[in-house]
Parts: sequence; C-alpha cells; structure tokens
Amino acid sequence: MARTLINLPKTARAGDVITIKTLISHPMETGFRPGADGRILPRNIVTEFVCRFEGEEIFRAELFPASAANPYLTFTWVATASGRFTFTWRGDDGFDQTESAPIAVA
Amino acid sequence: MRTMKPGRSGTVDRRRVLAGTAGSVLALALRPAAAAQPRTETTESAIRRFAGDNPIRPGRVSLDLPPLVENGNTVPLSISVESPMTQADHVRRIGVFNERNPQPNVVTLHLRPGAGRAQVATRIRLADTQRITAIAEMSDGTYWSASADAIVTLAACLEG
Amino acid sequence: MPRRPGLPPPAAVLALLLVGAPAGAEPIAPADRRSGFDQMGPEIQAMQRDETANPGMLAVADGAELWATPPAPGRQPCAGCHGEAAVGMRGVAARYPAWDARTGRPIDLQDRVNACRRTHQGADPLAYESPDLLALTAFVAAQSRGMPIAPPDDPRLGAARAEGRALFEARQGQLGLSCAICHDDHWGRRLGAAVIPQGQPTGYPLYRLEWQGMGSLQRRLRNCLTGMRAEPFAYGAPDYVALELYLATRAAPLPLETPAVRP
Repeated sequence: MARTLINLPKTARAGDVITIKTLISHPMETGFRPGADGRILPRNIVTEFVCRFEGEEIFRAELFPASAANPYLTFTWVATASGRFTFTWRGDDGFDQTESAPIAVA
Repeated sequence: MRTMKPGRSGTVDRRRVLAGTAGSVLALALRPAAAAQPRTETTESAIRRFAGDNPIRPGRVSLDLPPLVENGNTVPLSISVESPMTQADHVRRIGVFNERNPQPNVVTLHLRPGAGRAQVATRIRLADTQRITAIAEMSDGTYWSASADAIVTLAACLEG
Repeated sequence: MPRRPGLPPPAAVLALLLVGAPAGAEPIAPADRRSGFDQMGPEIQAMQRDETANPGMLAVADGAELWATPPAPGRQPCAGCHGEAAVGMRGVAARYPAWDARTGRPIDLQDRVNACRRTHQGADPLAYESPDLLALTAFVAAQSRGMPIAPPDDPRLGAARAEGRALFEARQGQLGLSCAICHDDHWGRRLGAAVIPQGQPTGYPLYRLEWQGMGSLQRRLRNCLTGMRAEPFAYGAPDYVALELYLATRAAPLPLETPAVRP
C-alpha cells in the first residue's frame, strides 16, 4: 500500500467551501527516462484519481507522465451533509488504492 | 506565485534573467535529457482532442506557476476559473497542455457544480523552458484559456 | 554535474569559482549562518512549510508506523523502549552525531538507529538510503523540528570534528576544489543559474526535487564529492560522520527543518 496524506476539515458548517488536499507516494516513472543501465525504464504512473462523496463522484483527474512524483492534488467542495469521502488512485501495473475520510457537517 | 493573464508575454522576464546571470548560459547548455525525446503528439492535436473544433477564447482562466523553475521535476501549478459553479453554469473540465515535454498532456481535471469554486492545484514536470496552457470547458459548451511561461533552470550540481 | 558530449568542460565552468579564491577559508560567523531554505523560491518554501503539501511528510508518516512496529515477531518496537517519540526523541537529532561508547567512535543518527536494531531489537541493520532507514531517521529528526542545532560539547568528539573540518577545507578531486571554496567563500553567488548555498545540513533527511525522493546528508555529500570529481567515500564511512560532526558545529544554532524540501 502506498502511503497517502489526505487533508480536509473534520467538521464544517453547511455551505462552507472546504479544500481537500491529497498526496500519495508514487514514483510516477515517465517511461521516457533511462535507468542506470541506459535502457528506458518502463512507464509506471498513476493514470486516474477519483474523489467521491457518499459514492457520488465529485472530482476526477486524468494524470500523465507530466505529473510530478508523489502526485499532489487539491480541490474544493461545498459541505452539505455529514458523510464519507473516498479517494481512489488507479494506474499502471494494476495500481489501485482507495482511502477514505469522514466529515461532520453541522 | 505569479499570475499570467492571457495575452501577456513572458519574453521580457526571460531576457532580464539571461542578462542578469552569465551562468544561465550554462543552464541553457544543460537541458534535461527528456527534452531530446521525440514527441508522441503535437500540442495542437492534443488540444483538438480535448476541445474538438470549438473556438477557444482567452479569458476566465488563471494559471499560476513559478516564472523561474528551480527544478523541472516538481513544479507547483494552480488553476482557477471564473465560474459560479452552479448546476446551470459551471466548469466541466480543465485540460492542461505543455509544448516541450515528450507528451503534450499534463493533466485533465473533471469538476462538478458542487465544488463551490473552480480552483485546483497540482505539481507537474517540465522537461524544458516552455509555455503551459490551461483550457476550461464550461457547461454551456464554450472553451476559455490562459497560458503561462516557465523558465526551467537546472541545478549546478547534479547527482552523477 | 552531468558529463555529456558537447558540454563545456566542467573545469572551465568552475574556473569562475577558483578565481580569487583565498587560500585560507574562514568559517561563516554564527550571525551570518543561513539555511538553504532562505535561498529557495516562495513556491518551494511553501511546499516545505505546509505539512499537508510537503512530500517529505510521506516518509515521516512511514517512520511513525515503523517506530511503533516490532522489526520482527516477538521483538520490541522502537516505541517499546523510547515511548512517545514526540517526548523521548525531542531534541535528539539536534545533538547528532554523538559519541557512541560501545564502539568508541562518533555515530550519526542513522547509525544510531541501526545500532539500536542490532543491540536492542535483534534485527538486521537497515541499508543506507533504504526507504525504511530514511523514514525512521526522518521521523526521529522531525521531532526536533524548530530546535537549534546543538552539537554535544563532548571532548571525545574533538578529533573527529577537526578531521571533518580538515576534509571540508581540503582541495580534492580532479577539479581541485574544496567544500569551503563553494560554501564558505562563495555562498550567495551563482553557479550556473543556481545560488550557491552555505551547505548547512538543517533538514536531513530531506526531499530533494532532483532526487524525486528522500535522501540522507551522506547522499548529498556524495553528490558534492562526485561534482568535484573526487572519489566519494562508501556509505557509512567514518569520513562522512567526521564531516557531519563539523557541519553540525558550523551550522549551530540554525533550527532543524526535517523534512526539508530542496530543489
């Protein structure tokens, strides 16, 4: 499992615009770079990130080799109800990881 | 962070930087190897795959990235689009494109009306000094864009 | 620096540094000591400052897990002896390298981690620059973040510290450069497009954008040595610990920043 850091407020008032920050440990090997032996290292990147709130997709990113190592994404959402965000990263070599974080909305 | 509004050119900055440091000649000579890679697709073609034949107008999009990039491996990029983000009027997608990486796509972002703001940040790779373009697709089917130039310098002492 | 066909010879580039370099370098006075943080652009400074954006925090989080996990079934985790790192490890990294009575020599923080593994945890030492060793040292060092570097006033360290200073000031390698020529005499000036830092080890292990990952101070010192066209010492060599000892003295009382971010 890749290490992830997910940051969002634990609580919010209904109508607040919250910022969600995500970071995941991943080499994002471009497929264009030679290794120590001079041969091109095979591409190994995260190709897709999806954030869902209570199962509904709220943000999605398609990633390419031009994303930096350890992909970092921040985006916003209007807090309307308490519930759970899930974060899914998918990529080359079957990479597939999902994390989640709750929010309490008053 | 510097905000480049559409239409503004980065060439003045570039000239000042080159004149200001004789050592920049060295930086220009030491382009990262990735710049030598053949491109998989032109920027224009990638943009057309994103926007079809629709007109793309400058405006409504702001693109922030450092004007002088200390290391092209990790370049902070943030994008915002003027939009109320309501059901009736929101940003559907933002496509980001480069000119000189091996592949023209940087990232494609899909937004929903409930986002409150059209504001995202990420970190990208720049193989070389180049212009980055962000294009927003609105819910009414119009396309808006902004570009910013980044000068990629290279550390004097690389691991080797 | 990379060697590629068609580039100007490195010696010509570095001639800039050699011109007018005084023979006897003076160390930087305490009031003039500056972290490399101060010379970075605001975007990378922000990346380091924001814990939720700093990619080095991924390693710190790994380290926190390793701290609490037994290295093998039935063995004590680090936390078994040391408890809460936030309490027990606060200030420790600011005092390293330190004297190790068991081996009768100075050791740095990563050697301390491995000594603990061998002596108290019955575990194999972690390889230099392995993700686990970087994560554990980053986690321990992060407990001292914001504290001034405070090298121990231990007379047994004197000989190694003097050896470190001699290494720092000695011309070496095919280019005949010393660490001091760049980092004592020409800090703040430019080498290529980059501003020469003072070379203060305030944030190790750190996340270097060039590496696209974490690395130790020894890895950085190896970079410098190969850049000078000198033969780098092997990881773990006493020469590095001597250099680290001198560098700590030379950096005090700058605050620790682990995990720092550098270009």
